[in-house]
Amino acid sequence: MLKDDNRKMMLDKVIKKFDYEASSLLEILHKAQEFYGYLDKNLMTYIANALRLPPSHVVGVATFYSFFKLKAPGEHVVTGCLGTACYVKAVDEIMTAIEQEFHLKRGGSTSDGKLSLFTTRCIGACAMAPNIIVDDEVIGKATKEVVLERVRLTLAGGGRRS
Amino acid sequence: MKLDDLQKIAEHEVDFQRAYKHRINVCCSSGCVPFGALKVLKAFQEAVREFGVEKECKVARTGCVGTCSVGPAVIIDPGDYLYQSVTPEKVREIVRDHIVLGLPVKDMLYHGEAFFKKQRRLVLRNAGKIDPSRIEDYIAMGGYSAIGKCLATMTPQGVIYEVSRSGLRGRGGAGFPTGQKWSLVARTHTTPKYIVANLDEGDPGVFANRTLAEADPHAIIEGMLIAAYAVGAEKGYIYIRAEYPLAIQTLQKAIAQAKGMSLLGDNVLETGFKFDLELRFGAGAFVAGEETAILASVEGRRAMPRPRPPYPANSGLWGKPTLIQNVETLANIPVIIQNGGEWFSKVGTAKCSGTKCFSLTGQINNPGLIEVPMGITLREVVYDIGGGMQDNRPFKAVLVGGPSGGCLPEALLDLPIDYDSLTKVGAIMGSGGIVVIDDQSCMVDTAKFFTDFCVEESCGKCVPCRAGLVKIKETFENITQGTGKLDDIAALDKAGQYIKEASLCGLGQTAPNPVLTTLRYFRDEYVEHIVEKKCRAGKCFRNLKKEEDDAQ
Ligand SMILES: Cc1cc2nc3c(=O)[nH]c(=O)nc-3n(C[C@H](O)[C@H](O)[C@H](O)COP(=O)(O)O)c2cc1C
Ligand code: SF4
Ligand code: FES
Ligand code: FES
Repeated sequence: MLKDDNRKMMLDKVIKKFDYEASSLLEILHKAQEFYGYLDKNLMTYIANALRLPPSHVVGVATFYSFFKLKAPGEHVVTGCLGTACYVKAVDEIMTAIEQEFHLKRGGSTSDGKLSLFTTRCIGACAMAPNIIVDDEVIGKATKEVVLERVRLTLAGGGRRS
Repeated sequence: MKLDDLQKIAEHEVDFQRAYKHRINVCCSSGCVPFGALKVLKAFQEAVREFGVEKECKVARTGCVGTCSVGPAVIIDPGDYLYQSVTPEKVREIVRDHIVLGLPVKDMLYHGEAFFKKQRRLVLRNAGKIDPSRIEDYIAMGGYSAIGKCLATMTPQGVIYEVSRSGLRGRGGAGFPTGQKWSLVARTHTTPKYIVANLDEGDPGVFANRTLAEADPHAIIEGMLIAAYAVGAEKGYIYIRAEYPLAIQTLQKAIAQAKGMSLLGDNVLETGFKFDLELRFGAGAFVAGEETAILASVEGRRAMPRPRPPYPANSGLWGKPTLIQNVETLANIPVIIQNGGEWFSKVGTAKCSGTKCFSLTGQINNPGLIEVPMGITLREVVYDIGGGMQDNRPFKAVLVGGPSGGCLPEALLDLPIDYDSLTKVGAIMGSGGIVVIDDQSCMVDTAKFFTDFCVEESCGKCVPCRAGLVKIKETFENITQGTGKLDDIAALDKAGQYIKEASLCGLGQTAPNPVLTTLRYFRDEYVEHIVEKKCRAGKCFRNLKKEEDDAQ
């Protein structure tokens, strides 16, 4: 991470755009995650130096908010909504089925790194609950069968959808 | 641009729209997009060309109509025909029959008319009717005329007077009188002053604020402009969840358009009034919606609440006076200025004027986004608007007010919805979630679910909330795994009361509500779990069952 590539250039640009202001830390973390996919220690230290903040402050902020990912996700990502509407519509059963079939736990990845299972609290499509997101596709009114089939297909097809 | 020019744009736009015989509005909000709304939009654009009616048919992308559970939704005007679950394949038939032949396709129309009957749309006045990506659409509906009126004919005090007279109370949950908050900020002499529009919407299962931003972003901006004029602020932030990409995009575009027309910036409508606006992104922390926590977050720190006073009205962002207001509250403001505070005060009830948007979800026939006058009963919402229970299953409870709201039983269904009566029965308005559940849900498990959420979301700053909620969580683990004791019921009640009284911020002060209300209204289920190790809904004791199975 933080090789001399495009992403670093873009990040530098963003930091500059915000005038190296400590108050734009969240904005910068968002951009960094957008560019790199997740925030690792080197990246956070880099940002801390650029904003002249203690690295512990940056790590403290990044870990406080659940939106920031601190680990590299797998090749494919399934995210289950654990918001109220989805909970009431028994999303938990679908999540458990995924855990069992693909041998992984919520928040973790399969041993071959092909699939990660994450949770989120409401993606705002509650009227279609329960919602499961497979890579970038939202599956609404989800059932165990449809979701498992979708994940199997995704894994078999390889590569991201978009 | 001057006020007169605004009027001209409106007239021009209305003429432009009148030139079309039909308008096809395709909902492209985040409830419908995942289910193919953009493809439907494209199919309509192609079909009107194919049938040679593109000159008389305007195909527009709009925001949420409210019937999100049967999306993608399409409205064809004139006549307000609402088509449900539209797929690209169905589009040709709709255009051929409805537009070309003049025969609406009956079996594709939405038939839950009752869903709209008891609603009253003030905040969502333009939702589903205008294209949120075109500022002209908003202006044609009278948009920005309210800020124009303020700048041309009203003093800041006059604006505050009108808002006070409307009786509007904050829609972010606590229901504090908006006019009073404005005069607090207006009265301080420190400058600069700031406005923060709260679009954090951290309650899981709630989407009204997001939908508003996606459907009518300029209503929020205009509300902020008027508030800024009234309190004397020159800079505003909209704090929005990063999880809402479409709402962010819509607002960014709207802000750019408003700046382009000098509706934002150094010289608003060439009156010398100055107001600038930026977005700030939340990052998934429920507590960040709390008013002192949101300040910390905008300043780039962890969203930890701090004790009040000082209130943000005196010492907010960077220690300066700051007005924090929910976006639904703000979207009410142009309506109040246009129609007058007195007119507004007659909608709803005497103590709670106006309307409230609710995200209506759960085991009912018509989930979706609704806006109802204050004082409507829960029964009307569940049965008339919501269309009753899905699959005719028995009603069990309605959860009002998000994860720290209350779980109310059938006996309370005739309760009118307003801040005070909800508080009286142990619930809260919150930011407007209504979840209806049937007998497949277990009340103990439900209360446990909310507690787990609050444990995760507690910022950990004060002991009653941090340690108290964990204690409650552990007790729930015991009860739902078969090791509960009857004393636990009293212990839960006591812990809940204590956390409510001793917590620093609203999160801790309301987090025990689901526990306390389920204890109050569904106590027999707790007793059953503890004494008989029985869960009526079959949600609990899963580990126990598994152990038994394994043993066999
Ligand atoms: C834990 C917690 C979360 C909150 N979340 C929100 C929120 O997402 N949106 C909101 O407008 N207000 C939220 N509030 C209420 C705000 O603190 C504040 O009262 C409100 O934004 C004021 O605006 P209003 O007067 O227009 O309601 C929350 C409060 C607490 C204690
Ligand atoms: S009540 Fe909870 S969320 Fe609020 S300050 Fe205390 S620990 Fe933090
Ligand atoms: S609760 Fe799952 S989308 Fe809202
Ligand atoms: S999101 Fe399309 S109708 Fe609500």
